[in-house]
Amino acid sequence: MVVTRTRSPIRSNVGLKAVMAVTGIILVLFLILHMLGNLKVFTGETSFDHYAHWLRDIGKPLLPGVWFLWIQRGALTIAVVAHIAAATMLARRSRAARPVRYAHRPKVQGSYAARTMRWGGVIILLFVIYHLLDLTTGHLNPVGDPSKPYANVVADFAPERWYVTLFYTLAIVALGFHLRHGAFSAFRSLGQQTPKGERRARTAALVFAVALCAGFLVVPFAVLTGLVS
Amino acid sequence: MDLYTEGDPIADTKAPDGPIETRWERRRFDAKLVNPANRRKMTVIVVGTGLAGGSAAATLAEQGYQVKSYCYQDSPRRAHSIAAQGGINAAKNYRNDGDSVHRLFYDTVKGGDFRSRESNVHRLAEVSVNIIDQCVAQGVPFAREYGGLLDTRSFGGAQVQRTFYARGQTGQQLLLGAYQALERQIGLGNVEMNSRHEMLELIVVDGKARGIVVRDLVTGEITTEFADAVVLASGGYGNVFYLSTNAKGCNVTATWRAHRKGAYFANPCYTQIHPTCIPVSGDHQSKLTLMSESLRNDGRVWVPKAKGDTRGPKDIPEDERDYYLERIYPSFGNLVPRDIASRAAKNVCDEGRGVGPTGLGVYLDFADAIQRLGRKAIEAKYGNLFEMYERITGEDPYEVPMRIYPAVHYTMGGLWVDYDLQSTIPGLFVIGEANFSDHGANRLGASALMQGLADGYFVLPNTIANYLAAGPFEKVDGSHPAAVEARRDVEDRIQRLLAVNGDRTVDSFHRELGQIMWEHCGMERSEAGLRKAIHEIRALREQFWQRVRVLGDGDGLNQSLEKAGRVADFFELAELMCIDALHREESCGGHFRAEHQTPDGEAQRDDERFAYVAAWEFTATGEPSVLHKEDLKFEYVHPTQRSYK
Amino acid sequence: MNLTLRIWRQSGPEDKGRMVTYQVDDVSPDMSFLEMLDVLNERLILAGEEPVAFDHDCREGICGMCGLMINGNAHGPQRGTTACQLHMRQFSDGDTIDIEPWRARAFPVIKDLVVNRGAFDKIIAAGGYITAPTGSAPEAHSVPVAKANADAAFESAACIGCGACVAACPNGSGMLFTAAKVTQLSLLPQGQPERYTRVIGMVDAHDEAGFGGCTNAGECTVVCPKGIPLNTIGRLNRDYLKATAKRGDTPGS
Ligand SMILES: Cc1cc2nc3c(=O)[nH]c(=O)nc-3n(C[C@H](O)[C@H](O)[C@H](O)COP(=O)(O)OP(=O)(O)OC[C@H]3O[C@@H](n4cnc5c(N)ncnc54)[C@H](O)[C@@H]3O)c2cc1C
Ligand code: HEM
Ligand code: HEM
Ligand code: SF4
Ligand code: F3S
Ligand code: FES
Repeated sequence: MVVTRTRSPIRSNVGLKAVMAVTGIILVLFLILHMLGNLKVFTGETSFDHYAHWLRDIGKPLLPGVWFLWIQRGALTIAVVAHIAAATMLARRSRAARPVRYAHRPKVQGSYAARTMRWGGVIILLFVIYHLLDLTTGHLNPVGDPSKPYANVVADFAPERWYVTLFYTLAIVALGFHLRHGAFSAFRSLGQQTPKGERRARTAALVFAVALCAGFLVVPFAVLTGLVS
Repeated sequence: MDLYTEGDPIADTKAPDGPIETRWERRRFDAKLVNPANRRKMTVIVVGTGLAGGSAAATLAEQGYQVKSYCYQDSPRRAHSIAAQGGINAAKNYRNDGDSVHRLFYDTVKGGDFRSRESNVHRLAEVSVNIIDQCVAQGVPFAREYGGLLDTRSFGGAQVQRTFYARGQTGQQLLLGAYQALERQIGLGNVEMNSRHEMLELIVVDGKARGIVVRDLVTGEITTEFADAVVLASGGYGNVFYLSTNAKGCNVTATWRAHRKGAYFANPCYTQIHPTCIPVSGDHQSKLTLMSESLRNDGRVWVPKAKGDTRGPKDIPEDERDYYLERIYPSFGNLVPRDIASRAAKNVCDEGRGVGPTGLGVYLDFADAIQRLGRKAIEAKYGNLFEMYERITGEDPYEVPMRIYPAVHYTMGGLWVDYDLQSTIPGLFVIGEANFSDHGANRLGASALMQGLADGYFVLPNTIANYLAAGPFEKVDGSHPAAVEARRDVEDRIQRLLAVNGDRTVDSFHRELGQIMWEHCGMERSEAGLRKAIHEIRALREQFWQRVRVLGDGDGLNQSLEKAGRVADFFELAELMCIDALHREESCGGHFRAEHQTPDGEAQRDDERFAYVAAWEFTATGEPSVLHKEDLKFEYVHPTQRSYK
Repeated sequence: MNLTLRIWRQSGPEDKGRMVTYQVDDVSPDMSFLEMLDVLNERLILAGEEPVAFDHDCREGICGMCGLMINGNAHGPQRGTTACQLHMRQFSDGDTIDIEPWRARAFPVIKDLVVNRGAFDKIIAAGGYITAPTGSAPEAHSVPVAKANADAAFESAACIGCGACVAACPNGSGMLFTAAKVTQLSLLPQGQPERYTRVIGMVDAHDEAGFGGCTNAGECTVVCPKGIPLNTIGRLNRDYLKATAKRGDTPGS
C-alpha cells in the first residue's frame, strides 16, 4: 500500500512535539548561558557591567554594533513564538479531543510537573515580559539605566522590594517545574526509546532543573541578604 | 414420538482416495481455478473474524475477491480466538525429537478417539508447517530461544515438543496477525468490514447459499446482504452450558440458522471439558476461566487420599496425598489428554475427595517445580497465569496450590462439511470451530488454532475457487422472495421476543438451561439422564417463550435482545445435543456414556456400530431430525483402545 | 457488601446523558466488577428499567472489549487489570463508585457505557501490519530474531486495544496504542521494509481520527492493563522523525 501523507509532518502531533523540543532546547541553552552570566554578579560591579557590555559587542569588528545581540534576540523570539504556537496548537487539539469531561475527575497519576506544563508556560511568559521591562528596558526598575545592569539588579532585589524577589522566586520555581518535565520530554520527543535511557533522562532532567533554579536564585538572595550590594 | 428418524447415509465426502500423502495435492490440482479478472466480479461473505474467518477474509481479498466480513464485537480483533493461551501445533520437528507430519496426523486421529476423517486430519498436519511460516512472516512474536530460533513446548496427548507459543497469549498474537492482514485489505478497499453486526439468518436461493440477514447492533437496522458464496466462521457453541471458558458472546446462532435452512449439524454432543479451570465460586459466576494446559507441564495434580479431608493442603503429608494422574497413567502422567484428565478429576470429586469450599476441585501443585527450578523460573514461564489466578481467587499460587476443576471449553461438533469444507448447502462453507471436521470426539490441545488457520489461510481459499469457478452467479437482491421471507422471519422473531414481556430475565433461563446440560450432557451422560434433560429442555423452552422479559425496542443497541435471540437458539441446539448423545451408545473422547466403560472406568468405544459421523438434518420445528451417517474408514491409523497408561 | 453506584446513562448518541444513582446490595467480594453490574442489570430488568449497556466479551482480560472509567481510573483502581478482571474485594462495604464511559472525541458514546473505538482499527489499517500475502512466506527459521528483540516485540504486541490509554490521557491521545504496534513491528526483521511508511501512515491516521497529541504525560502507561511501556512512544517518535528526514528517498511517501 502506498502511504501518502495526509498532513504535513510538522503539523502532525509528533512533528509539533519535535518543534516544541527543539525550540525548548534553544531556550534552555540561552538560559544556561544567562544563568552563568548572572553569576558574574559575584565578581563585582565593574566586571559584571563590563561583561554585559561585552555581550553587546561580540562579533565586532565583523558585525557592526549590537548586531549580534539582535541576532540572538531574533533567534530567541522565533524560538519562543514557535514554542508557544506549537504549545497552543497541541493544547487546542487536546481540548478538542475530549469534548465531554469526566464527572469524576481522574486524579493525577503521572507526574505533577507533567500536568502543569501549560500553566507553567504561561507563568513563565508573564514573567519574561515583566523581566524585560524590568531589566532590559528598565521601565519597571528603580534605577532603570540599561547601561548599568549591576545597579539595576541590586536595586531590584533590595529588601524593601521583597515582593519582586518573591515574584522572581515563584517564576523561577515554575520554570524549574517546566524544565523538570520539559527536559525529559524533549528527549522523548526526539526519540529517546529505551527504559534505561528513560531513567537516565528523568534523573538528568531533575538534576538540571534543580541546578538551574539554584543558579538563578542565588542572585536575588545574595542581594537580599546583602552579599551583593 | 420418536426422537429422530434415520435417513440415507452420506455417500460422498469429496476426499480423493489413494495415498493419503498426496490427496490434498491432487484435490488442489483437480479443483477448478477462477481467473483473476473474474475474481473482482465475485463477492464472498465471511461471518466471523476469528482465526478462521479473519485469515480467510484476508486471503480471499488478497486473491482478488470482494469480501464482506461480519462480527458481533466492536472490532474484528476481539473474536474469541484472542483468548487462546497455550499454543499452536505444527509438525516442524525443529527439536529433532521424532515428530513428522505423519506423527501429528497419527496423534490427532488417536487423540480424537478415532471419530475423525483421516483425509482431513492428514491435510491439517501437512498444512501446519506453512502456518508457522506465514505467522512468522507477519510478525507474530513467538517465543524464541537464545539462538534466535523458535521455541516449542509439549502439550497434552503428545510425547514430542511441537507446540509453538507466545507466552500465555498465543491466540492473541496469531489473531492479531490475521487481523492486521485483514485490516490491510480493509484499508485497500477489498474488504467491507461490518463490526457490531450479527448474522441472524441465511438466505438460500435456488438451493444455493446466496446471502445473509444481519442486524446492525448499534442502529438495530436489519438488512439483507448478498454474495456468490457464504463462509461461516462463527466459532463454537460451548455457551449452551452457560458457564464455559468461552467469551460471553459466543453463540450458535449463525450455524444454527444455517442448520435450519438445510445444513447438516454433525456430532453436536462432542464437547470438550477442559481439566484446568478455576472452580466456580458462587451463583453470581458468569463465566469460567481457563488456566492454560501448559501448567500441567510443571504442576502436579493431587487430592487427599482420605474422603472428606478438610485440612489445608500444606497440612496434608506427602504419603496422604493421591497424585492420581501419575498413579493411573504412569507413562503420560499429568499430561494425559483433556477428556481423560477431566473425567479423572470428576471421579475423585465424586468419591468425596474433592477440595475447596464446594468439594468440586483438585489441587494443581507447583511446590515441587518451584523447589526444583526456583521461583524465578516458574515466574518467567507462568507469571501471567499465576497473577490471573490470584486476581480471580485472591489466593497466591506460589504459596498454596491452585485449585482447578473441569469446565466446558470447546465443541468438536459443528456444521457438517465435506473435504472442501462445504456444507450440505451448496455455496455455504464452514471453517474453524464452527465446523465438525478435524478433531473427532476429542480435540488435542493447541490443535484448534492450527485448524482455524489451516482452514482460513490454506484450505478454504483453494477449495472455494472450485465452487466459484461456476460464478459469478445471477444477481439477487432484497426483493427476491427468499430474501423477503428470511428478513421477515428475523423481524418476526425480534418482535416476538420483545412482545413476551414476562417476568424472568434471559440470563435466568440461560443459567437454568446450562445447569440441565452440565448435569446430564456434561462430563458423563446416561440414557435416563439424557431423556430427563430432553424433557426438561422442552419444558423450559416453552417457559422461555412465555415468561422472558426483554425491555426496550429493536431500534438501537439492546444487549438483552441480542442475548435473548442467542439463548432461543441454544434451546433448540441443546435438545439436538441430548438426542445425539442419547443415540450414540458408546463412549468416545469427550462423550462418555456411563453405560459404556471398561472395567477400569475408561471410555469404551463401539467401532462396530458407531464408527460414523452423525450428521443431523433439520426438518421442522418440533419434528424429529433425520440422522445421516458418514462412515469413517481408517486406512492408516488403526483404531485401538486409546491408552495413555 | 452494599454499594452505591453512580452510572453514566445515555440512551443514544444524541442524548446528553447524566449520572444516575443506584443502590446494589449483597455484593459478594468474589464477584468480578462486571458480574456486579450483571446483578444490577437483572434487578433493573425485573423492576422494568432498562439495563445498563456496557461492552464486554471474554471476561478474561484479553479481548479488550470491556472498558469503564471507575472512580476516575481507567479499568478501576487495580494496576495491570482490566475492568472484567477487577474483583469486588478491591472495594469496601458502603463505597460509592462512579462509573463512566471512555471519554474522547475519537471514541463517541453509543449508549450508556458503550463507545465506538473504530478509530483504532483505522490506525491499524493505515499501516499496522507486515505485508505478507498468504503462501508467500519463507521458512520460519530462515530469519533468526535475537531473543531480546523478540521479547521486547512481544511486550508491545501484548496491547489489547482497549483504549484505556486514551481514556486516561489528559490530551485524549492514542499514542501509546499506536506506539505499541509501531514498536512491535519495528523491532522485528520482518517489519523493516515497511518501517518508515508504516509510522507515517499510522500517525496520520491517529491525528485524523481526532486524538490529541502526546505530551509525554505518562498517565497512559499507568492504567494500561498490559503495562505497555512509555518508551514505545519514543521509538515511534524516532521512527517518525527518521521517516520525515528520509522523505526524499522513500518511494511512496
Ligand atoms: C480460553 C480458551 C483457550 C484456548 N486455548 C487454545 C489453545 O491454546 N490452543 C488451541 O489450539 N486452541 C485453543 N482454544 C480453542 C480456540 O481458541 C478456538 O477453537 C478457536 O480460536 C476458534 O476460532 P474460530 O475462528 O473458529 O472462532 P472464533 O474465534 O470464536 O470467532 C468467531 C467469530 O464469529 C463471529 N460471530 C459469531 N457469531 C456471529 C453471528 N451470529 N453474526 C456475526 N458474527 C458472528 C464473532 O464475532 C467472531 O468474530 C482455546 C479456547 C478458549 C475458549
Ligand atoms: C514562554 C512561555 C512558554 C510557554 C507558554 C511554554 C509552554 C510549553 C508547553 C505547553 C510545553 C509542552 C508541555 C508538555 O509537553 O506537556 C512546553 C514544553 C517545553 N518547554 Fe516550554 N513554554 C514556555 C517557555 C519555555 C522556556 C523559556 C523554556 C526553556 C527554557 C521552555 C522549555 C521547554 C521544553 C524543553 C519543553 C519540552 C518540549 C517537549 O516536550 O518535547 N519553555 N512548553
Ligand atoms: C534572578 C534571575 C535573573 C536575573 C538576575 C536576570 C538578569 C537579567 C539582566 C540583568 C538582563 C539584562 C541584560 C542586558 O540587558 O544586558 C536580563 C535579560 C534577559 N533575561 Fe534575565 N535574569 C534572571 C532570570 C531570567 C529568567 C528566569 C529568564 C527566562 C525565563 C530570563 C530571561 C531574560 C531575557 C530573555 C533577557 C533579554 C535578553 C536580551 O536582551 O537579549 N531572565 N536578565
Ligand atoms: S496500550 Fe494499553 S491501554 Fe492502550 S489500548 Fe493497548 S492495552 Fe489498552
Ligand atoms: S498519557 Fe497521554 S500525553 Fe502521552 S504519555 Fe500517555 S499519551
Ligand atoms: S471483557 Fe475481554 S478484556 Fe475485559
